[in-house]
Amino acid sequence: MNYWPLLGVAVIVVGFLLRFNPVLVVVTAAVGSGLLAGLTIPALLALLGKSFVSSRMLMLFVLTLPAIGLLERAGLREHAQRWMTRLHGLTLARLLIGYLLLRQLLAALGLTGVAGAAQTVRPLLAPMGEAAAAKIHPGLDDADRDELRAVAAATDNIGRFFGEDVFIALGAVLLIQGFYAQHGIELSPLSIALWALPTAVAAFVIQSVRIWLYQRRLQRRAAGLRAEAAD
Amino acid sequence: MLRIEYVYWLIAAFLLYCGLRDLRERRAWHAAFWLVLGVLFGAGDYVLAQQAAGHALPAQLAGIGVIVLALLAPRLHRHAHAEEGSAAQRLQSAIRLGHKLLVPALLIPLVTLLVALFGGYLAFAGRHLFATAQMTLTGLALACVIALFAAARVARAPLSAGLAEGRRLLDAIGWAALLPLLLAALGEVFTQSGVGAAIAALATSWLPTGSALACLVTFALGMVLFTVIMGNAFAAFPVMMAGIGLPLLIRQHGADPAILGSMGMLCGYCGTLLTPMAADYNLVPAALLELRNPYGVIRAQLWSAWWILAATFVTMWLLAFR
Repeated sequence: MNYWPLLGVAVIVVGFLLRFNPVLVVVTAAVGSGLLAGLTIPALLALLGKSFVSSRMLMLFVLTLPAIGLLERAGLREHAQRWMTRLHGLTLARLLIGYLLLRQLLAALGLTGVAGAAQTVRPLLAPMGEAAAAKIHPGLDDADRDELRAVAAATDNIGRFFGEDVFIALGAVLLIQGFYAQHGIELSPLSIALWALPTAVAAFVIQSVRIWLYQRRLQRRAAGLRAEAAD
Repeated sequence: MLRIEYVYWLIAAFLLYCGLRDLRERRAWHAAFWLVLGVLFGAGDYVLAQQAAGHALPAQLAGIGVIVLALLAPRLHRHAHAEEGSAAQRLQSAIRLGHKLLVPALLIPLVTLLVALFGGYLAFAGRHLFATAQMTLTGLALACVIALFAAARVARAPLSAGLAEGRRLLDAIGWAALLPLLLAALGEVFTQSGVGAAIAALATSWLPTGSALACLVTFALGMVLFTVIMGNAFAAFPVMMAGIGLPLLIRQHGADPAILGSMGMLCGYCGTLLTPMAADYNLVPAALLELRNPYGVIRAQLWSAWWILAATFVTMWLLAFR
C-alpha cells in the first residue's frame, strides 16, 4: 500500500489551518498527491483539466447574479424588510422553520435547484430574517447580522441535505443501489430512500429547536436591555 | 433544443464580459483570472469531446489553465465596489415599486420548478424543447435570463445595468466561486492516487473486528471524517463501504444493507455541514452573504450537524442488527 499520497490530505489540513489562499492550497494538494502516486505530469494535467471542466455546473449560480443585483439596486432587500415588519404573526422562528420545511419537502421531491443561497437566501430569506430579528431586538450590530445570515444559510443547507436523500431518483440513492448491485446485493431504490426518513425527521426537529433557541436568546437579550433601560 | 452546453456558453460569455471590463479598468490580475476562467468554460465541451476521442492535449492545456488560476487567485483582493446607489435611493425605490420587486425574484424558483416538472413534455415542431440531461439546471439558467429581463422592466433599468450589478456581486465573491470546481478535481485526483484505499487500510488495521459496535462507530466516523477531507459524501461512501461496511458489518455481523447504506450516507452528509472542502454549500454562501468570517456558515451548522449525526447513529445501531 502506497501511503505517500496521504500527504495531499496533510497539505489541505495545514493549508486551511494557516489560512493560505484556499484555491492555491487545493491545487497544490492535487498536484502533490498525484505526483506522489506516480502520475506523470502530462497525465496529471489532463486529469486536472478534465475533472475541472466536468464539474462546470457548480458555477451555475453566477447566472442568478445579474437579476439579483439589479433587483437589489432597485430596493428588493429593503422591500423584503419592510414587508416583514408589517406581517405581525410571522416571527423569526416561524419564518425560518417554515422555510426549512418547504426546502425539505421540495428536495424530497427532487427539486433541489429551486432554492439556494443565491436564488432565495440572499435576496429574500436573509433580509426578511434581519427584519424579523429587528422586531425582537432593535439594536442588532454587524456581528449579530452576520450570525443571522449564517443561520439562514445553515437552515437552507440542512433542509436541502436531509430532504434530497428521501427522493428515489437522486444521486445518493442511486449511488447506494449501484454500489450494492456491483457487489451482488439487489435492493430497490424505494427500500433505500425509506430509511432516510428517520434522519429527515430528526434533522427537521433538531434544526427547528436550534432556531427556536436562537430566537429565545435574542428575546432574552432584548428583555435584559429593556430592564436596564427601565432602571 | 436547449442543452446544458448552451448554459456553459452563457456563463462563459458573462465571465468574459467581467474580464473585459476589468481590462478596460486596468485591473490586470482580475482581468486575467476571469478571462482564463471564461475560456475554460467556453472550451469545456471541446476539451471533453477531444479527451473522449483520445486526444489529451486540450485537457492538458485546461490543466495548465487551472494551475494559472491557482497562481492568480491570491492576487485577487476582494474589491470593495461602491454600493449600488445610496441607501435612501434604494428605500425610496422599494416604497415606489413594492411587491412588484418580488415578481422577478420569485420567477427564478418558479420557472425552474415549471421546467423541472413539465419541461419534458414541451415540444416545438416535433422536437423536444429541453434536452433530458440536466433539465433542471437548464431550467434554472433559463429562469435567470427571464428574471433578468423582468427585473430590468420592473426597475426601468437597461439590461447592461444588470450585467454591471452581476459583475459587482461576482467580484464580492471572488475566487471562492471557483473552489467547488477545484475541490471536485481534487476529489478525482485523490481517488486516482488511492488516498481512499490508504485511509480505509489504516482504519481497518487497528479495528477490533469482532465487535459490531466498534465496526459501526468506525464506519460512521469514517464516513464523517472522509467526507470532511473530500468535501463530498459520495466520494466517501464507496471507500468506507468497501473497507468496513460490506466485509465486516454486512457479511460478518449481518447488518441490513438498505439501512446501513442509507444511514451511512447520511452520516457523511453531517460531515458535509462541517467542512470548508464542501465549498459550494459552506464557503460560497458565506461569500455571497458577505459574512466577515468565511467559516461563519460552518459555525452556525456545527451543533446541528453533531446532533443529527448522533440521532442517525443511534437509529442505525438500533435498526441495522435486528
